This record gives sequence, structure tokens and C-alpha cells, in this order.
Amino acid sequence: MNWQIPLMLAQSTDNLEELRKRTAAISLDGTTVPDSALVRDGTSNPFSTEYWFPTQASSFAAEVDFLYMAVFWISLVFFVAIVGVMIYFCIKYRRKGDVIAPQPSPSHNTAIEILWSVLPSILLVWIFYVGAESYFDMRIPREDAEEIHVTAKQFAWIFTYPDGDQTAELHLVRDRPAKLILQSEDVLHSFFVPAFRQKMDVVPGRYTYAYVNPTQSGQYRLSCNEYCGTGHSKMKTMCEVHDTVDDRKNNTKWIKADHQPWENGKRTYQIQCSGCHKVNGEKATGPALNLIWGIDEKLMTGQTVKVDEQYILDSIWEPAKDVVDGFGPVTKMNSFKGILNQNDVNDIIAYLKKLKEESPAQ
Amino acid sequence: MVDAVTRQKLFGTPEIHFLNCTKGWKSWAFTLDHKRIGIMYLIGVTIALFLAGIFALVLRSHLFKFDSKMLSDDMYNQMFTLHGAVMVFSFIIPSIPAALGNLVLPMMLGAKDVAFPRLNLASFYLWIIGTGCLLLAILSGRGLDTGWTFYTPYSIDTNTGVIYATFGAFVLGFSSIFTGLNFLVTVNTMRLKGQGWFKLPLFLWSLYATAIIQVLATPVLGITLLMLIAEKTMHIGIFDAKYGGDPVLFQHFFWFYSHPAVYIMILPAMGVISELISVYSQKRIFGYSFIAFSSVAIALLGFLVWGHHMFTSGQSQVVTLIFSAITFTVAIPSAVKVFNWLATLYKGSILLNTPMCYALSFIFLFGIGGLTGLFLGALSTDIHLHDTYFVVAHFHFVMVGGTLTALLGGLFHWWPKFFGRMYNDLLGRVGCFLVFSGFNLTFFPQFVMGSRGMPRRYASYDPEFLPFHQLSTIGAFVLGIGILISFIVLVYAAFKGPRCGSNPFRAASLEWQSSSPPDFHNFVHSPVLNDPYDFDSQVYDDELDTYISREFADPTKVPPRTEPVHH
Amino acid sequence: MAVADTHEIHDDHHHDHGEFIAHHFDGPEQQFDSGKLGIWLFLVTEILFFGGLFVAYTLYRSNHPEIFEQAHVFLNKYLGGLNTIVLLFSSLTMALGVRAAQLGKNKNCAVYVLITMVCAAVFLGVKAVEYSHKWDMGILVRSAFNLTYTHPAPVTSVGKWLHVSDYLVYISVIPTLLLVGFLVASLMGKLMEKNVFSKFMLGLSIMVGGYFLGVGVGLIFMDVAEGGANESHASIQTADQPLMLHAMTQETREDASHDENHDKTAESHPAADHVDGQAHHEEHAHAGGEAFSAHHPDPEKLSRNVGIFFSIYYCMTGLHAIHIIGGIVVLSWILWRSLLGQWRSDYFGPVDYVGLYWHLVDLIWIYLFPLLYLID
Repeated sequence: MNWQIPLMLAQSTDNLEELRKRTAAISLDGTTVPDSALVRDGTSNPFSTEYWFPTQASSFAAEVDFLYMAVFWISLVFFVAIVGVMIYFCIKYRRKGDVIAPQPSPSHNTAIEILWSVLPSILLVWIFYVGAESYFDMRIPREDAEEIHVTAKQFAWIFTYPDGDQTAELHLVRDRPAKLILQSEDVLHSFFVPAFRQKMDVVPGRYTYAYVNPTQSGQYRLSCNEYCGTGHSKMKTMCEVHDTVDDRKNNTKWIKADHQPWENGKRTYQIQCSGCHKVNGEKATGPALNLIWGIDEKLMTGQTVKVDEQYILDSIWEPAKDVVDGFGPVTKMNSFKGILNQNDVNDIIAYLKKLKEESPAQ
Repeated sequence: MVDAVTRQKLFGTPEIHFLNCTKGWKSWAFTLDHKRIGIMYLIGVTIALFLAGIFALVLRSHLFKFDSKMLSDDMYNQMFTLHGAVMVFSFIIPSIPAALGNLVLPMMLGAKDVAFPRLNLASFYLWIIGTGCLLLAILSGRGLDTGWTFYTPYSIDTNTGVIYATFGAFVLGFSSIFTGLNFLVTVNTMRLKGQGWFKLPLFLWSLYATAIIQVLATPVLGITLLMLIAEKTMHIGIFDAKYGGDPVLFQHFFWFYSHPAVYIMILPAMGVISELISVYSQKRIFGYSFIAFSSVAIALLGFLVWGHHMFTSGQSQVVTLIFSAITFTVAIPSAVKVFNWLATLYKGSILLNTPMCYALSFIFLFGIGGLTGLFLGALSTDIHLHDTYFVVAHFHFVMVGGTLTALLGGLFHWWPKFFGRMYNDLLGRVGCFLVFSGFNLTFFPQFVMGSRGMPRRYASYDPEFLPFHQLSTIGAFVLGIGILISFIVLVYAAFKGPRCGSNPFRAASLEWQSSSPPDFHNFVHSPVLNDPYDFDSQVYDDELDTYISREFADPTKVPPRTEPVHH
Repeated sequence: MAVADTHEIHDDHHHDHGEFIAHHFDGPEQQFDSGKLGIWLFLVTEILFFGGLFVAYTLYRSNHPEIFEQAHVFLNKYLGGLNTIVLLFSSLTMALGVRAAQLGKNKNCAVYVLITMVCAAVFLGVKAVEYSHKWDMGILVRSAFNLTYTHPAPVTSVGKWLHVSDYLVYISVIPTLLLVGFLVASLMGKLMEKNVFSKFMLGLSIMVGGYFLGVGVGLIFMDVAEGGANESHASIQTADQPLMLHAMTQETREDASHDENHDKTAESHPAADHVDGQAHHEEHAHAGGEAFSAHHPDPEKLSRNVGIFFSIYYCMTGLHAIHIIGGIVVLSWILWRSLLGQWRSDYFGPVDYVGLYWHLVDLIWIYLFPLLYLID
């Protein structure tokens, strides 16, 4: 049984730089997102906060963990008491032989009933109060919070920063509070970063928001937490907390003119397409794209069509037209007309050609 | 006062009883007898349990390996949807009320049948039709991938068999309403003469509270599912944001039913446990009226807490706060029950046979299920834990650790009554031990995964969760084997077990005053009213080798009462 | 044998209570009480069933009042009012029927129940006129909502002959078949000397006749209502005169040629999409000056979600209509048993239960009518 291997995996990634490279390679295309929040000490002691939780990376994470551990101890005391008493009675008063002889004992006692109704109630009120208090810390954004737009769609995230940059991962700055304005293009999703203890549903037709004040730099897993369809479990990305605003800018800015067309295409792919199309040869919600260029694709209708510029443009603008065999009968893809213009498509085509060239399978 | 011959006639093993009084499939398919309907229900829900259980094992097998390719994402989504939908709608909701309740409820009242026997049979056939429609989603080749909650707008967008499944759930809803309505009327109008409300066994109180929920909450699910079908076929725009509708409204409607439905699942289980604990301690239940009223309190409070499923859904913060506060109030009556059960054990004469082992497992597992509810009722922790494996583990501890355990315990308790044969107690306890340990192994690791941030309904996971998933999968198979053993023990006993008397456990509620198996009319002789927890009213009869009421016993052999008669 | 003996002990419980006491009840009171409690609980579930829709209504009305403001003008409150009166009257006859059953007057009971059923059918007839009129105008649920004000010319021969909407013709196919079937069955019964059956079938035919009565009265009411509005909005009313009213409003028509033109356009664009509708409005605006009014608002200016009102309208009235049809079915059962003369002063439960159900169906309409038709 290789139970220890994954733990080693998680712990061997001390080097943040290395982790970042792996993340870039895996999180957008593959399935795993290593999370620096999980590299913690004390994970072997099940009575510690560290055992139950990832890193506390937001201003309110400690409050949540405190309440959790408080309830944990209250529950533990009650549970041990209940089960202890139960086992003790079962041993002490177990029936011996065939003789049924319960000892006389009262079957009713109003005082004790009221006692064990009221005492737990007091604890419950306290739990409710602490929970509500920290809830408002989680829900009420600081006045100076920057606003970042988060668009969720099947099965990817797009983050838009105040200066107009767009990325496929969320980049935040340490100690700089952010109000994430959530919107959905299709169905319900949910924004969830365990290291922040923050979660909010993304509801089509209305705006919701999530507030976070990151207190610790690092890379954390961000996942969709509301079931949204076939690729739900692939709708994960990364939330990186930087030390300075400049660091963040280095990661989010993208000047097209500074890059080759295929690089621009790769970036567009990562933001817009990677939720459903992989470039590692794996079939996901849509076909893999790494070897697609130039081949004869078999369609639902039984026809074959050559993957050329026209086919790519059609597939992006009118996905319902040529559905690839095995992905129908009705395509799950929405039209990107109006989202991607012809130049964007040209960049993507350049990227597809590049992928094909670099493919070892050639 | 009766003579030995009549005693034999009343309490000896009858040659003709409800199982064999008429023969042929028609005598079952068109029966109006509540006991036969109960047994058919039992067979039905068992099939549903095995089917949904197989789905669960497939899911767990898939998750055993990291980055598993056993199921495609699509298949995985369909598996967990069908597992949830079949378990909830076809198994848990009807399990204790419709199967056990149908068998026991009229007899506990000393009645010959439920008030509306034809409605009762209709309820069963609706169950068949509804379950059939659910399964039609698979047979149609399109499957079902919405999750059992059918959340809009995904359920509107997806091409899978949502219409079959929602129609199935709609029909199952009516099946449940009919059962509940029948039970309410039966308990109200058909009690034995002189049997006041406080002379009812607590199982009946819990079934009554359950029936209130079934009647009041299920219609809302019905109309919601109809609207969903209309939305899917005609796009009426009530729930679909594309047409100006509100997806969150669907969640409100859905949980307005489905939260009370949680209590449809757990309340009858609590009733069963109240019976078992007291019978196998041979002690009057402690705090009868507190347990009784706590059932009603849970049923009523259950209607006011649906919003706690939606703390992160975008509902207003004030509403969220209120729902959290009310949620905590449900904890009190639940805790009261547990404390009362413990107090019943005190100074009892505790027999650790199979049903009692299940009852004790129930207290253990429901304890965990209930206490972990506190984490989810508190607002800030729920934000983190919502829709993670923590929630999955929590509700499985309540639904499986609670309801399934109680169902098995109840079956082992009443099995000798309805089949007149005893099971192998040792094997029964082995099954119970496997169910208990397998269950804990399956779901305890999920608490850890949940608070570490593993979302539910994920076909794949990050490597650090691997050991927990593997433990969980191993546990699931142990649990499966445990259930299978219990099943075999019971089925074997029904056909080949040694004969047992009418009341082998010295229980005092009225159903034990019939022969085992009972007569077609339930009671050959009108039962003698007695307090359901006055075990001293039952005395051992050595000729019959079973316990019978003092009124029927040979007066020369009746020992004096050890406790005064309660009023 | 032993068991058989004891069964006999049981059986003598209910020998003297007659044939209608089920074996598991102790006596008629217990049976009646059980049934009564059962039906009340059933009504509770019905109320909650509709409750979901009422909640949806309330939420949308409070969140989007403009939709309700804009949409209610398309509902004809005269037709709604007519149906309200019909249902109220049917509740009266139902109550009289229950009373007759209680007194054991089976014949009276049958008559009252039959009148109730006829009222139910009249209600459905009026509803059919309303529905078909809306479908003609493109007033459908949210996604299909496409208000055009035009009425496609009927293509079915019956539609052409009677100048009524095709939809009305389609809806009326089933009642027509039922009418023929019931009449034939009644005649057959007469010939085979099965008098009760024959009477029962005759009763059902009369009931279905009620449907056609409802359609006729509905068309006349529609005419009166639209005619009344005509005076204030002459131009558009003339143009938009529902085609189903051709026969009845021939004299009042001022500009026949205009109407011809209108029909042709509608036929040449059977799809009757938005552009088509727009073209019409321009045409009307040109021909008759003021084209749109409070009662005929410009489709372009309506909220795009105005169809949600009609989604709710169709859900609520549709579900209610299904309950009316269900009511007719159970009332038929009561009618049949009345004709058999089965009600006695100690056994009339089923009439009572069905009566309660019928009152609830009536009551729901009493709420639906103001909520949907009388906004403002």
C-alpha cells in the first residue's frame, strides 16, 4: 500500500519556485494542483488544528479554526461521555443468564430533563454567537478592498483585475484585501479556497461576492465547489498570494506585442479553453488539442473533416456545426463569437501548430 | 381468563397465518393486508438498497486509485447521482415508515389494518412506478448526472434523463404522501378503545411526526419537480437565469422539502431505537413524554431550517443568520432523546443481542452524526465545510449510521414476530459488528478530508487525500459485506430458522399479543390494552416457551407484580 | 379448525352495518371519521401543492412588479369573472347535493351533482376560449412568448367554417369525441335496457354539452369585452379583432379591406415572428393613428421577462384545470352511485369527501382570479 507516497510528494515541494513551475505545467492542463497550504507541521496529531486544516492564509482563517476546534472539543467531551456511560451501563447492567431482573429505578425526572436540555443550550448559543461573529468578518469587505472580477464557466475560471489584466489563476497580494465579484456564464459554481476558509456560490443571473484578506504568501488550491457538470472535478486552478503589488503585476500583465503569436495563443487557450480541452492527449469534456492540427477528424455525422484554419474558426464560433465523434450528439460547448475575435483565433491556431510540432508522438 | 387450549390457539405457532392464508402471486399483488404490503415494501427497498449500494461501491472503487481511470468523469457523475437519488427517494424515505411502519403500526394500535388499505397498496405501486422511472433514466441510455438535488440551471441544461428522474421522484413523493396520510388517519381514528396518546409506543409517536412531515412537505417537492419539468420542456423561466428566472428559488423550494425529508429519514429511526433500548433493557423508557414531544418538536422545527443548506448560495446575510440560529434549536430535542436512552439503560437488564447491538451502534453513530452537525450549523465553519466531504460524512453518519442501523435493528427485533422464526444471533452480531466498523472506516476519514478542503462530487482528487480515500474504500466494502451477512441471516431465518413463540423478547406493545406470524386479521383475540413499557405485564409461559400477557396466563403460575401499574 | 373459528368471532363485528363498511373498521362512525380526516389531510397537501406556485407568484410579483403591471392587461377579466360565478354556483349545487345525500334523496343528489359537473365543464369551455385566444396572439410561456397581436387565419375546415381559432378546434376534439361516445353509449344502454347506465351516460353527455356551452358563452363574452374596448381604441381594435369573432362582429367591422390585408400578411408569414409583428404595428400606426394603448401595449416596450407572468399564469390555471378535470372524474363516480341509489343517512361519506374537494378547487380559483386577473 503506497499510502506514504502522496504525503512525501506534498512535502518535497519546499522550493516554491519549483512548485510554481509544476503548477504552471499541471494545474492548467492536468488534474493535480499541489497546494503549499498543505505543507504543514504537526499533521500527525489528530487533536491539533494543523491536523484538520490547511495553512491559515487569510485574516479570518484563525477565527474559523478556533471555532472548529472549540466545537471539536465540546463534541469530543460529550461524545466520550455518552459512549463511555453507554458502555459502562452495558457492562454493569448486562443481563446475566436468563434472569430478567431490572433493578427498580425512576422512569421520569423532570428536573434532570430540564437540566440536560438547558445546559447544552447555553453551549449552543455560544457556538452560534461565535460562528455569526466570524461570519460577518468573512462577509463584510474592508472599505479599501480592491475589486477583482471572477467569471466562472464550465469548467474554468477567468480573473479580471482592476487594471484590466486577465488570468486563469487568481493572483492576490499579501495584506491587500480583495473583494471578489463573482459571476457565472452558465450554471452554478462555487468559489472555494480551503486555505482562506472562504467559499461562495457563483450564481447565474446575479452577482455574488467573496471577500478575502490574504495574510500569507504562497500558492493555494482554488476549486469549484458546486457541482457544475462533466468537468466539475477538473475546474480547479491556483490562487497565488504575492508579497508585493509589483510581483503580482509581473504575473498578470501580458503585452501581446512582446510575445510570439503562439505564446499569445497559449495564453488565450489557458484562459478560455483549458477548462474543457487538454493538451496532454487526454480526452476531457472536449477533445484534446495537442495533436489535432492537420489531422482528419471524424465527426458525429460519420464524415471526416480536415482540421485546418477554417475548421478551427468554425469550431470556436459555431461549435454546434461540426461535432467530433464521441462528443455529441449535442455539443457542450458554447459559441465564443464575441469573446474571441479572428486575431485571437489566429493566435490559437499558431499555438496548435506549435503543439503539433513539439509533440514527441510525431 | 383462558385455558391452556385457548392459550395455545392464541399464542402458539399457527398453522394458517397471514403469510400462507391465501396463495398465488395475485394474493400478494392485489392484497390489501398491511403486513403483506409491508413485506413487499421491504423487498422493494432492499432491492433499492442493493442497487444504490452497488453504485456506491463502484464510486469508492474508482476513488481507491489516485487519478483513477476506472470511470470517466461523466460516468462518475452519473454514479453518484444515481446512488444519491435511489438511496434517498427509493430507499431511505420509504424504508422505516413504509416497510417497518406498515408491518407494525396497525398492530401497535390493536387495529386490523390501516385506515385506507387500498391507498396503502396504491402507495406501494406508486413506489414501483417512481423507482422504475428513476431507473428508466439509466435504461434510456442517457443516465442522470445532476446530483440527487437536481439543482437548476444545470438540470435544465444537461441532456441526461432529468425528466424521467424528476417524474420518478414526483411519483415517489405521492407514494410517501399516501403512506403518511394513511398513518395519520390510522393513529387518530383507529386506536384501541382506551388507548390514549400517552399509551402509544414511542415508535408510533415518531411515525406520527414523520407522517406530518410527509403530508406537509412532500407536496412542495411535487410542485417544484413539476415546475422543473415544465422548465426543462417549455423553459417557463421560473428557475432558469437565461430567461430571467432565479436558480436560488429552486434551492429554496427543494430544501423546503428536502430538509424536512431528512427528518422523515431519521425520526422513525429514533422511534425504533426507543423501542429497542427499552425492550432489551426490560425497563420502562425514561422520560416518555420528553421523547414523544421531542419527535414532534423535531418535525415542526424541521420546517424552519431549510436555509442552512444555502449559507453560501447568495441568500441574504440576515436570512442566513436566522437559519443558523433556528438550526441549533433542533440539536436540543435530538440530544434529549440520546440522554433519555442512556437513562433507560441505567439499572436495566441489558441483553446484548443483535437488535440491541444495532441500537447501541445507533447511539454511537448518531452521536457523531449529530455532533458534527454543530460544525455545520455554525456559520463561519459551515462556509469552509459546505459541500466538502465533511458534509458527506456528516449526513452519512445520520442517514446510514442512523437510519440504516435502526432499520436493521428494527428488522432483527420484529423479524420473529412476522415470520415466527428466530435468526442466528451470533451471526447477526457479526453482521452488526461489520456494519459498524465498516461504516466508521468508510466515513470517519471523510471528516478529515472535508475539513482539509476536499470538495464533494469530485471524480478525482489531489494526492494528499489518497490515504484517506483508500481507507474509505476499504471500509465501504467491509460495510457492504456486513449488510450482506445481515441480509443472509434474516432471509435464512425467515425460511429455515427455528420456530419461536409469540413474544420471545418480552416486549409489551400490542403487536406482541398476536401469534407469530400474526393472523390475517392481526389478532385472533382482541388484544388487552396495556402500557407498552410495562414489561412486568408479560409473564413467561413454560408450555408455550414465550411471554404472554398476565390476563391470558395461567393464574396459578403468575408471579406477583414487581412494579405497580402506571396510569 | 381453530383459526377458522376465531375468524367468525371477528366477522360478527360488522354484519349489521351493511355492505359499505370495510372489514377493518369497527363501525360507520369510525369509517366516516377516518374518511373525513383523510380528505382534510389530502386537501392540506393540495393547498401546499398549490402553495409552491403561490410562493413563486409572490416572489416574482414583489421582485418584478413591472411584469405583472404590463402583463395583466392581456387577461380578460370578464371571462375570469364569468368563470368565478360559474364555480361559485357549482359550489352551491355541490353543497345541495351533499345535503340531498345526507337525507338519502338519491335522485336530488344526482341532479345536483350533474349540475355541478356541467358547471365544471362550462368552466373548462371558457378556459379553452381564453387559452386559444392567447396562443393565437403568441402569448405563451417565457421562452416562447412572442406577442404579435395578429391572429393566424384558421386552416382547419372547422376553424374556417365557424371562424374560430385552430387551437380551439384542436382542444375541442376530445370533448367532441367524448360527447359522441357518451351519446352512443347512452343509446346502447337504452336499447339493452340498462337504464341506470343509460342515464349515467346521458348525464355525462349533458356534462360535455356544458363544455360547448362554455365555449359559446366564452366567445360571446370575449366579443362583448373586446367590443367595449373598441369604442375607446377603435383603430387597433378593428385591426386586431380576434378572428374567432368574425362571424359575430361582422356588422361592427368598419374597415373590411384593411382586415383582409391583415389576414394575407399573417398568412404570408406563417412564422409570425417579431419582424412580422412589427411590420403590422407600423402599418396600423400608419392607417389608424394611435396604434398602442394601455390595453394593447407595444410589444417592443414590454419587459423581456413579461413572459414569466404567463409562465406562472399557465402553471397555476393549468394545474387548476387539471384539478377541475379530476373533479369531473370523481363527480362522475358520485353521479353513478347516486343513480344506483347508494346514499343513506348513515352512509354518504364519499359525497361529503368529494364535496370538500370540490369546494377547495373552487376556493383556489377564488384566489387565482384576483391574483391574476384583477391586478391594479
